[in-house]
Amino acid sequence: MLSSAATSITVVLIVFFLFIEGAGVFTKKPIEEGFLLAVHSTNPIKKLEPSQVKDIFDQKITNWKQLGGKNEPIVLFRTEDITEFYSDEELGENFEHFPAKIDEYVSKTPGVIAFFSDKYKAKNFHGKELEINKIKIFEFLSGEEWFPTAQPIAQMGVKALIYGTLWVSFGAILLALPIGLAAAIYLSEIARKRTRNILKPLIELLAGIPSVVYGFFGLVVIVPLIQNVFGLPVGETGLAGSIVLAIMALPTIITISEDAMRTTPRAMKEASLALGASHWQTIYKVVIPYSASGITAGAILGIGRAIGETMAVLMVTGNAAIIPHTLLAPLRTIPATIAAELGEAANGGLHYQSLFALGCILFLITFCINMMVEFVTNRNSHKKH
Amino acid sequence: MTKEIRLAKQKRRNQKIAFGVFQFTSYTVVGLLFVILSFIVIKGISVISWEFISAMPKEGMTQGGIFPAIVGTLCLVFGSMIFAFPVGVLAAIYMNEYVKDGWMKKIIKQMTNNLAGVPSIVFGLFGMALFVNKLEFGDSLLAGSLTLGLLVLPVVIRTTEESLKSVDDTFRQASLGLGASKWQTTSKVVFPIAFPNIITGLILSIGRVSGETAPILFTVAAYFLPKLPTSIFDQAMALPYHLYVISTSGTNIEASRAMAYGTALVLIIIVLISNLLANALRKYFGKKVKMN
Repeated sequence: MLSSAATSITVVLIVFFLFIEGAGVFTKKPIEEGFLLAVHSTNPIKKLEPSQVKDIFDQKITNWKQLGGKNEPIVLFRTEDITEFYSDEELGENFEHFPAKIDEYVSKTPGVIAFFSDKYKAKNFHGKELEINKIKIFEFLSGEEWFPTAQPIAQMGVKALIYGTLWVSFGAILLALPIGLAAAIYLSEIARKRTRNILKPLIELLAGIPSVVYGFFGLVVIVPLIQNVFGLPVGETGLAGSIVLAIMALPTIITISEDAMRTTPRAMKEASLALGASHWQTIYKVVIPYSASGITAGAILGIGRAIGETMAVLMVTGNAAIIPHTLLAPLRTIPATIAAELGEAANGGLHYQSLFALGCILFLITFCINMMVEFVTNRNSHKKH
Repeated sequence: MTKEIRLAKQKRRNQKIAFGVFQFTSYTVVGLLFVILSFIVIKGISVISWEFISAMPKEGMTQGGIFPAIVGTLCLVFGSMIFAFPVGVLAAIYMNEYVKDGWMKKIIKQMTNNLAGVPSIVFGLFGMALFVNKLEFGDSLLAGSLTLGLLVLPVVIRTTEESLKSVDDTFRQASLGLGASKWQTTSKVVFPIAFPNIITGLILSIGRVSGETAPILFTVAAYFLPKLPTSIFDQAMALPYHLYVISTSGTNIEASRAMAYGTALVLIIIVLISNLLANALRKYFGKKVKMN
């Protein structure tokens, strides 16, 4: 009794842990723990959005007026800049005068925005600490830059990663669907029983090869091939990912659509043949329409497998977190990001939580895909009764 | 009349072209399998030797063997099966023999399907959050085995359910008719008949577990360990992770390429043997049951 609930319990636990950790992104400030941003005490600005802070430090915003403050050029200040204003002796041998000097510098520079560690904050600090707004879900989803460890402010935009995932997956399905369908038609309708009995287990064997082996094969064969054929500086591209994923999705698509085609009632096929249709006409006018929902289910499951695939994609796509405009450039997917970065992220930190939030997105996508498959196949079984 | 003949000819020609294309693509797919396999076999076979299988890695993993990775993978397979096999088989028996069709069965089925669809990296995240951090197992064989066990649970449940379903209802009716209880029928009649097919499912899951990388990245896998794991709370090396690190981030990628081919070959051999064995068993027992 309890063991039969094991899968349900696991699903619930997965949801629970992913979302608890992932939600942390939206409750924390995107500034590194133990650091603070401060401005001159007369500056009327009290609060800034994470994206505004980033624009300031990227020097896209250069005047406080742009943020609704006074007409005063913004002066950037990071801890290490202090050496430009004070000599080593003034700062002390063990940096013991850091807090006082930072305080002094901030109070005499009206346009300053200073980013420094808490431990350098003087006891009677004369500047004003800025409040940083938390990351909003909308910003998280629509932000274009993924620099979760950037200073002074972490950039958590997953748009590039979502686009990367979708590009690679749809590229894969575009390659795999026609090939998979053709093979399924051949196996279910044309091939003799003996041929089929040999080919089908072989194709299923393709599904058994571990993804890391596909990744390795892609790395040593497909990546150099793409580099040479297209004359690219690097072969690690979205296209390499799509090809590897297409090979991996083929068995899923073939097996499921073949099963669906074989459920076509014999009477329907015979009726079509008896009316003078050729074998081929029967296939594309009777068998394919009849098994359309099964084929759709196969295609959707194939996409699902491609979206969630980690290792193979991680090894061949180059992992550049930029919004792709072509499949011939490096890109980065959600699963690959998690796999590549979780090892370096501090437990419970913002980076760690943002990767769990990515996991939530991935989980939701695949959950929806499963539901779609369920819906499509259910409709099919109603039709039959 | 001539028009009809022309149409008929055209019809036949179209069919020929279409079928030719379909046949060609099917053989291409199978060809892909052979290209991948033969590539790795040809490149890897010269690397494999007794030393490669039985020695520790040396000189930044460019020399020596992969013994600790093989041991680690075997431990993980064993650990995950100890957990997943009993739970999965019991779950399937309960679902198939005891639960009546209804909303509850539907929900459990749906959940099992959903679990099967969860990407392996999400299992990795979950394993890290629950086993490594929350339950404080740390990066350990225990955490990795449990994570992998959850991953194959749906596979075990599905194959077991299918083998239970293939047991003819007349066996159950005969047993019940002789006065056996429901549990006696299940344990003494249904289970023994289905057992060979259940074992087939077990072997398939072993193949799956030994190749998974993403779930063990953050729960157990170590880049390099000078000694073998001695307890379930130790970290371990594992074949798929080993292949990943030496082909992408080793100290000297070019020099360790040969080792990578060898590792890939060993991994493929393990996976293929378990797949072929499962297929052969299925065929063998399939015949045997029919003869009875």
